[in-house]
Amino acid sequence: MSSTTPRPTASRPTVSGAPLLEIKNLQVGFQTQNGMVQAVRGASLTLRAGETLAIVGESGSGKSTTAHAVINLLPGSGQVTGGEILFEGRDLTKLSQKEMEEVRGKLIGFVPQDPMSNLNPVWSIGFQVEEAIKANGIATGRSDIKKHAIAVLKEAGLGDAEKRLRQFPHQFSGGMRQRVLIGMGLSSRPKLLIADEPTSALDVTVQRTILDNLEKLTREIGTALLFITHDLGLAAERAENLVVMYKGQVVESGPSKEILQNPLHPYTQRLVAAAPSLASRRIQSSSKSLVDLDYSAPRTAEGLDLIKAAEDRAELQAAAPKRESAIVLQNLTKVYRIRGSKDDFKAVDNVSFEIERGTTMALVGESGSGKSTVAKMLLRLEDATEGKILINGTDTAPLKGKALLDLRRRMQPVFQDPYGSLDPLRNIGNTISEPLTTHNIGDKASRRARVLELLDQVSLPSTLATRYPNELSGGQRQRVAIARALALKPDIVILDEAVSALDVLVQAQILQLLTDLQTELNLTYLFITHDLAVVRVIADNVSVMQRGKIVEKATTDEVFDNPQMEYTKELLNAIPGAGIALGV
Amino acid sequence: MAGYILRRLLQAIPVFIGTTFLIYFMVFALPGDPIIALFGDKTPNPAIVAQLRQQYHLDQPFIVQYLIYMGGIFQGNFGVSFSGQPVIEILARTFPVTLRLAVIALLMETIAGILVGMVAGLRKGKLFDGTTLAISLILISLPVFVIAFVAQFVFGVQLGWARTTVGDGAPIQDLILPAIVLASISFAQIVRLTRSSVIETSSLDFVRTAYSKGLGRRRIIPVHILRNSLIPVVTYLATDFGVLLVGATVTEGIFNVPGVGNTLYQAIIRGEGPTVVSFVTVMVLIYLLVNLAVDLLYGLLDPRIRYVK
Repeated sequence: MSSTTPRPTASRPTVSGAPLLEIKNLQVGFQTQNGMVQAVRGASLTLRAGETLAIVGESGSGKSTTAHAVINLLPGSGQVTGGEILFEGRDLTKLSQKEMEEVRGKLIGFVPQDPMSNLNPVWSIGFQVEEAIKANGIATGRSDIKKHAIAVLKEAGLGDAEKRLRQFPHQFSGGMRQRVLIGMGLSSRPKLLIADEPTSALDVTVQRTILDNLEKLTREIGTALLFITHDLGLAAERAENLVVMYKGQVVESGPSKEILQNPLHPYTQRLVAAAPSLASRRIQSSSKSLVDLDYSAPRTAEGLDLIKAAEDRAELQAAAPKRESAIVLQNLTKVYRIRGSKDDFKAVDNVSFEIERGTTMALVGESGSGKSTVAKMLLRLEDATEGKILINGTDTAPLKGKALLDLRRRMQPVFQDPYGSLDPLRNIGNTISEPLTTHNIGDKASRRARVLELLDQVSLPSTLATRYPNELSGGQRQRVAIARALALKPDIVILDEAVSALDVLVQAQILQLLTDLQTELNLTYLFITHDLAVVRVIADNVSVMQRGKIVEKATTDEVFDNPQMEYTKELLNAIPGAGIALGV
Repeated sequence: MAGYILRRLLQAIPVFIGTTFLIYFMVFALPGDPIIALFGDKTPNPAIVAQLRQQYHLDQPFIVQYLIYMGGIFQGNFGVSFSGQPVIEILARTFPVTLRLAVIALLMETIAGILVGMVAGLRKGKLFDGTTLAISLILISLPVFVIAFVAQFVFGVQLGWARTTVGDGAPIQDLILPAIVLASISFAQIVRLTRSSVIETSSLDFVRTAYSKGLGRRRIIPVHILRNSLIPVVTYLATDFGVLLVGATVTEGIFNVPGVGNTLYQAIIRGEGPTVVSFVTVMVLIYLLVNLAVDLLYGLLDPRIRYVK
């Protein structure tokens, strides 16, 4: 298992002493109907006391499985089939259930990925924190435990912990819940904290404050941090050392900056090239004419070069004459009535913008900013309370029946979740041809031909037409969703967080695909996202939304190079990798 | 909270009027003349028939009959059965019997069902789980009268452990066998429901988080798995209690239990308008109340659906 690329410079002179956690040649398998499937195949890593180590990899790389194996919480039929996990010299794989309970929580804390599903909805926050404190013998006696719980929550960033102790998880926002989980994980001052994608479900600005707080806390307490993430930029920013995992194996490990600047393994090279957070940094530095040798990252031969795509786009954009507007939004407002409350909720407040034909407008904002509501109104899935929507010069509000059907034909959506947006009972061919059937276009044979043509356009093999969604990967499913959107030859495609759920490499491919399709078919995109990092590589213009209003509207370059509003600056700073780009 | 309960109770009023009207109409529309039927094979005396018709307002048009009946209800008079007993007395006599039977059955199926279902769920795929699933499937597939007759024959006739029919005043020990029969089917449903719910909850993220906090199985199973798993089970239990309360006609018939179901059945056969309508109305009201109780119980189990206003 020596596929790890050796790094001659990987010695670390700063930290010495015995390792806190040492994973040696770990093997983890899952029992399935077709026998044992190996999820981790000989992974090794070392973490010293007080140090931060990040495991980076895409979904299915075995990074979370490795972390779960440490505290023996593998899901379902998973089991360690070989290797050692030494924690302070003790092999954790050989501990009994009882001994393991002593280690969990007390010596090794855990912060899970999704704050929405990791707190029990039927117990109060206080109850769940106090229970952890009691179980680990941190405090005894009712009032003592309560005092401790409040202290723990306060240091995790919950200022009004006393008041909120008796509240339930559903009364907390995602960020607040993640703070609770971090507080819980650190409540007994463990020697090691495992954080499994602790912020991937949160908005970028929230992510930043939470990670800052986590970093500060672990440093103060002296807890070592095993940080699991799919985002290379984030990992490099937050951890001294990186371990890159691919298909259950560690392919590269060493100091973060070295790996970022000089990735040795081909997989790591692809990761570095595809990470949007890093790519947008690179573009930014080059457009500021700062010669940034650190990020002269390898331009891969796989057509995934996001920088080049962005540069080409900028050139094309500059050369093109002013075009007519495909979409015009005039003073669009959407008000929702809240039941049992006199105050109405303004989800969208006086939003106006135009998108020229053949260009991409990115609508950026955090969750709850109203960006998806704009998309829904545009698609006529919701009616606007006030304001006008003009598509190719036609007001869409009065359209009915056939005219509405025609509008829908020219305007197609692609949604975020590639798992939820495909009907599991229909095969791919049927899924793609469904819009054709609905709009009564062509006969059976021509529809079949169109499906094959579309599959080819989104670079999927034609054999996929008879397969079902559960046989496809996330990236393939999103390609199918795009193919379905293109089936009716629309001129406008609304992409609502269309790449947010995908791994970086897949994300890069889809972005590339979208760019190619736009050039080829002269499509107009409205690209809705919370992630500014991907905006740089796809959009010509950016509108930033906050609390229903557009706070900043400019070309992509202007927004990135010279943001006007405080909020936009905050969003830009929150792109992971910001700290390191200029630091080296 | 009080406002919510009041609103729900007010909603019961149109339901009450609607059901009484509907039931009254259906009884009215039943084929056959109930008064003639009273005489059996004897030739009816026209004078007596006419007198009876007048006494029960059967000579009036339908809508007048209904209004007379409703007027009586608002004065606390639920009408009189053909045997001359006030319907309210029949209700007072039969309802406690059914209530007792329902409570015994509910207790048995709840305790046994949740316990067995939980163990099966926690030991998914093991022998206990498989056996439980097989037995519950058999219980569900059997019609209730088969179970009732077999139980009556085996335990009542052959083994002599219990009386085959319920005696005067329906003592508790006589009700146990019919209660077991009633509980058996629901028991199978509860076992399956609890089992799948426990399996689902066990794989949820917050259970893993609970383990990662250092908690042991002994705390996690009751606190984090069972409570969350009970929500669907409670829904089932509540509707089942409603069903039991309105009387299990078949089982009560087989064991000759003097309960609501049995009495209602007899009344329908005889076409006794006031008795049928009063019984069904009371049943509908009980159903509404049980449903309200369930919705309030949800709030206790799951804070997410606690009613704010």
